[in-house]
Amino acid sequence: MTDTILETAGLTREFSGFVAVDGVSLRVETGTIHALIGPNGAGKTTCFNLLTNFLTPTRGTIKFKGEDITGMKPAMVARRGLVRSFQISAVFPHLTALENVRLALQRARGASFDFWRPETALNVYNDRALELLHDVGLPDLGNAVVADLPYGQKRALEIATTLALDPEMMLLDEPTAGMAHGDVDTIVQLIKRIRKGRTILMVEHNLSVVEGLCDTITVLTRGRILAEGDYATVSKNPEVIAAYLGSSDA
Amino acid sequence: MFGFSRPQLIAFLAMLALIIVCPFVVYPVFLMRVLCMALFACAFNLMIGYVGLLSFGHAAFFGMGGYVTAWTMKVWHLDASIAILLGGVTGGVLGLCLGYLAIRRSGIYFAMITLALAQMVYFFCLEAPFTGGEDGIQQVPRGHLFGFIDLSNDMTMYALVACVFLGGFLLIHRIIHSPFGQVLKGIRENEPRTTSLGYRTDDYKLIAFMLSTSLTGIAGGTKALVFGIATLTDVNSSTSGEIVLTTLLGGLGTVFGPVMGSVVMVSMENYLAQFGAWVTVTQGVIFMFCVLAFRRGIIGEIGNFLKLKL
Repeated sequence: MTDTILETAGLTREFSGFVAVDGVSLRVETGTIHALIGPNGAGKTTCFNLLTNFLTPTRGTIKFKGEDITGMKPAMVARRGLVRSFQISAVFPHLTALENVRLALQRARGASFDFWRPETALNVYNDRALELLHDVGLPDLGNAVVADLPYGQKRALEIATTLALDPEMMLLDEPTAGMAHGDVDTIVQLIKRIRKGRTILMVEHNLSVVEGLCDTITVLTRGRILAEGDYATVSKNPEVIAAYLGSSDA
Repeated sequence: MFGFSRPQLIAFLAMLALIIVCPFVVYPVFLMRVLCMALFACAFNLMIGYVGLLSFGHAAFFGMGGYVTAWTMKVWHLDASIAILLGGVTGGVLGLCLGYLAIRRSGIYFAMITLALAQMVYFFCLEAPFTGGEDGIQQVPRGHLFGFIDLSNDMTMYALVACVFLGGFLLIHRIIHSPFGQVLKGIRENEPRTTSLGYRTDDYKLIAFMLSTSLTGIAGGTKALVFGIATLTDVNSSTSGEIVLTTLLGGLGTVFGPVMGSVVMVSMENYLAQFGAWVTVTQGVIFMFCVLAFRRGIIGEIGNFLKLKL
């Protein structure tokens, strides 16, 4: 019954001789949480940039819901329901939390080229925006300027903004990076709540997060897939231990 | 009203009162120059302050708007309203062409491309027969507005300039506070994120650029009409630099900053003119002082002090 939502074949990206991503063939099944792990410089973020077409692959193809999206404009990929977050917290710092989420909800009206209409035209999205803020644990913060929020709340806000597009598939680039322990747990709970009806592909460094959360794990090193499977399988793989987990024993 | 916050509305009413009272106290031609430069600076501020793109070639649109208005007034004897509008259309069309090329880059590259393209426009104006080259287009009649209002009277002309300025000012304010403006702010704050939300940011930037250059063309056309002359000075890169300085001095990304900046800059040029080259030196010193001591600009610092968004 499982079917594939995202599939890459021989995905390769070279940067003037350096191969960052080398023939990655990835299959993400619908409705799963899939993790992409690997040591620094393994090509995880490059992979994300390729999947969302922020970078063009040197070789290889990307299929989303059976449709070839290789070389499509990033905005068009987003409109098809494949929405990403960023490693550095991607918020709009000088807007309020409500405006951040509303900017995503505003997509529902199509292109917003209407420069002659007052901003109040967007107030119809306020309720939904507040609801989303509530869902990610940021109630009552609608009018807060985002630059003033602590880091954990910015990450939560970013997820709220991504959720506002109601994407079929979310790509989360290190959602817990740089977070305090308590905040990590909040985000993990949040991801568990939002996974319903969605597929999530995430890059993650924190293995305890991956362990409890992800159905499938793909390990990347030097741009290649080293191993794939559930946490139990992957964590026992001697090559993975050597390449990645082993570094902590040394 | 128009999306003004309360303090902004008070500031706007104060500005409106000054626009009405000042011509009875101060020389109207000087005020008209201030208002034309203020509209120019506001249009420029739309790009730098709300899209985050520094255009170093806005003089091209200002100067070309001026040439077209002057030429259509002098040769075709058009109505003043249509001539000014044509100045705006020129700014817009030129903005579409140059913007289409420049918009693909950001930061310093965008500034450099706009500068290079504007220099091309400058040399075109220097060589093209209709601009009069070094002489410019001189003795442009002010003509009539809507066929029956004689603009040769300074006070009548002032009323027109004030209306053009206020119209442009309010339009820019509306643009900033529209669904479109909301996307622009998103692009300014975090362009990759805006893209990832499904917005084709280049389209938004190009439309914003065209709106900005159209208003710049209108400002240029109005100025040409006021002084009855369109010259190379207005297409020169020094004018582009001056408008950057004006906006910075008044306050980037503030609604009233560019207006304040124009008041200060034009006053300086006017009252320090007797010192010749010292005007440029003084401007340079003020610019350095501004960058070092009050980076938010005059209005920006006042707003920050009062904890208000002006």
